[in-house]
Order: sequence, then structure tokens, then C-alpha cells
Amino acid sequence: MIKGTFRVKSGLAQMLKGGVIMDVTTPEQAKIAEKAGAVAVMALERVPADIRAAGGVARMADPEVIKKIMKAVSIPVMAKVRIGHFVEAQILEELGVDFIDESEVLTPADPFRHINKRAFKVPFVCGALDLGQALRRINEGAAMIRTKGEAGTGNVIEAVRHVRTIAGQIKALKGASRTELKQIARKMKVPYELLRKTVQLGRLPVVNFAAGGIATPADAALMMQLGCDGVFVGSGIFKSENPLKRAKAIVMATTHYNDAGILAQVSRGLGEAMPGLEIDALEIKMSKRGL
Amino acid sequence: MHPKIGILALQGDFAEHVQVVKRLKAEPVLVKTPDSLASVDALIIPGGESTTISRLMKKSGIFPLLKRLVGEGLPVYGTCAGAVLLAKNTGDARVRPLGALDISVKRNAYGPQKESFEGAVAIVHGKARGRVIKGVFIRAPLITRTGRKVAILAVRKENGSIHPVAVRQGNVIATTFHPELTGETLFHSMLKELAERRQNEQA
Repeated sequence: MIKGTFRVKSGLAQMLKGGVIMDVTTPEQAKIAEKAGAVAVMALERVPADIRAAGGVARMADPEVIKKIMKAVSIPVMAKVRIGHFVEAQILEELGVDFIDESEVLTPADPFRHINKRAFKVPFVCGALDLGQALRRINEGAAMIRTKGEAGTGNVIEAVRHVRTIAGQIKALKGASRTELKQIARKMKVPYELLRKTVQLGRLPVVNFAAGGIATPADAALMMQLGCDGVFVGSGIFKSENPLKRAKAIVMATTHYNDAGILAQVSRGLGEAMPGLEIDALEIKMSKRGL
Repeated sequence: MHPKIGILALQGDFAEHVQVVKRLKAEPVLVKTPDSLASVDALIIPGGESTTISRLMKKSGIFPLLKRLVGEGLPVYGTCAGAVLLAKNTGDARVRPLGALDISVKRNAYGPQKESFEGAVAIVHGKARGRVIKGVFIRAPLITRTGRKVAILAVRKENGSIHPVAVRQGNVIATTFHPELTGETLFHSMLKELAERRQNEQA
């Protein structure tokens, strides 16, 4: 028996496909998410919108909070660590968290390096805004990628930008010669073989979710139609007027993303969405963190 | 004509099952609505989150139709979450199973994700008896009871105890692991044979 192989780690990401992963800060919220049909929850002390509002240094959540959430639900529980903070990751692995998000939503801990994710039995998901970032994270051992988007804004434009950028870069490399690919791989600081495989597949070689700014069922379906494998919804649910109803609607929209009839039906009467933010007015752009 | 193998595509690793079905020269059909379910010769319930798929089956109106079709002999194969959804008993009010297989299961029986593993699975029934294949177990369920009409197809030996990881009762097959992740076609072939038989019966 071998535990923690890449197949087992990326396999869990494959099981999450077509699903919605929801940010929660209490066991009660976690139960609402599970009831609504979330495939996993992200256990946090604060949702990104509140991290933004509070300012200061944002760190890994208190293990007490995470443990309580783990006890409350049967679906996988994820938690965030600061970029490069491998000790926070060791602590989360010890706690038995199912997935670790090495996240730009928290204040980065290492200006030079990300975590060596191959050293862990627990799988990692990392944010990316272009192909180079995505492939560097995969090369470091990430079992799953998500767009960075711009967390806590309820504004989907950056997530769209990132998924289109990555797809566009892969498409542009189709038909490139071996020599060209080798040059580009060197520029991206990734192995040639990984880049070649990505171009051949025509997509990232691991599961790729949308994240950062998704607030409505239509946003979720938009990201799915653009080719994402599933969605993270952060502040969008528990910062809205009716979290359970909105959560259920986003789950339905993620499954039936191509069915405008269902999308129209589930989008009705959800109450107020979270208040959104203009990207240009932001003091801190979280997506600029971690290269 | 190739049999139409439906793959429940509400959530989970249905795309991986599509690849296996294509390799077996059967026609994959993604099933998201009762309409698409009505036209298939067999159905696969993929891996994923059983709570999520359970809820979406109910919301999409698939649950009652599928329950009826399985009862009438539609061949169905479930992997991991799919096995949970086919069981008679899950011991968990969060998942409403179809009850098509007389087994009891315990969800996430091995612990959190860091306990997920790859390991040997011994085939103990049918033509492939004696073969050992690789099984990928991801937050897998454990089959804790099998009824008298349930055939055990494969087992795993762990700490001196032997437990079933693949079972079959008539037209219903379940594995607690994921052959679709390793490219193992044994159980999918079994389903395809059942689908062909049903196709001939209905012709």
C-alpha cells in the first residue's frame, strides 16, 4: 500500500470536478454548504472580503476553527496557508485537512519560493494567472490549479482574464517546434516535458478550477462554459442575503452550466448578492502575489 | 450497434469514465436529465462526492426514474461514491442511496485524504479470478456487510483481514476504488456485456 502518490493526490481533485467548493468560517456555515451540495469546504477564520477590509497580515486559520469544521461535515475540508509557509502546511497535514490551498489571499511568507509540495502526502491547490505560473506550481507538486481571480471582490473579470490567458497561451503554442518549446519552457522555468505534454493535451495536465470573484450562478456557469472543471466561491455565498438559497443555486448552475432554462430558473429571487468592488479601486491586488 | 453506456454527469470524474467506455468501443452518453437516462442500455455512476450527487439526482428528477430502471434490470456500475449511492445502507442521513445492492457501506472509512492509497486488489470471481490489479482508493468507502445474493468479485487483504472491494448483484456492479483512473477495463467490460445482453433482449 502506498499513500500520498501523485495519482492519489490528483485523483481527489478529479473527484471534485463539476463541483463547487465554498469558503466557510464556522461549523454552521460548513453544514449549510454541505446541505447545499458543495463538494468541499474551505475552512477560514475570515472570508476574503473581510480579510481585505481588516488589512494587516493574514495567516493560516486557528487549528481549533479548522478542527471544528472538520467535525461538522463529511465532505473534504480544505484550508489555506501562506505562499512559501511550509510549516503552516505541515501543521495542516498533521490536522488531517484533505487539501491545502497555498494562497495569495493570505499574506505571502516567502519572497523567493513556493512550498515544495511533492514533500507532502496531502494534495495542494495553487492559484495561477498565466501558463508559466500554472506550470511552475504543477512542477512544484500542485495536484490542482485554480485561477487567482481577485478574491473578495465579487467581480469576476480577473478570473475570466486568467482562464482566457492560460487557454490562449496553450493554443498559441500548438504546432510550435521542439526548439521553440524548449526556449519557452526555459523562459517559464519549467521542464520542457511538462510544457510539451500541456500543449499536446490542449489544456493544463491537472484539474483547473475557477476562483476569485464568483458571486452568482451565472458567474459559475460562465467559468464552466469557458472550460473550467469546477468553481470556488469565497465571499460570494456567506456575504450574500440568503446563503443557503444562493449556494444551492450555484451548485445547480455549475452542473447544468449549458442549460439556459435551468440557469434562468435558479437565478430567480436569490436576494442581494455580495456588494462588489471595482478592480481599479483596490488598494491591494492579491493576484499580484506569488510568481 | 454499439451499446449506449450512460455516464451520470452531475458531478465527479465522469470524463475519465467516458475515456474507458470509448476504449471499449461502446457509445458514451452523458446523463444529466431524466430524458437522457431513458435512452441508455447501461449506466455508470462515477466517483465524486456522494452527498453532492445524491442531492443533484433528486433535484434533477433522476432519482425516481433510475430507481425504477435499476429495479427493471438496467445494468449499473458505481465506483466509490457510485458504490455508496447504489448501497442499501450508508448509515448516513446525508446520502439517500438507491438501495439497488444489498450491502452496507461506511463512507470515508479509511480516514482523511492523507490515508488515501494505491494498493493491490485480488480478483476472486469469474474469468479473471486469480489476477491481481492495482486499485486507487480515494477517501474510499468500506463495504461492511454483503447480503446473501451479493457476489464478491474482488478483495483486499489488510492487517490480516480480508474485505470486499468489488461486488455484484445481478445487473448491479460496484467497486470502492477507481478503475477509471488506472485504465483497468475489467469492470467496465462486465457492464458492457450486460448492456449488450439487455440491448438484444429489448430488440
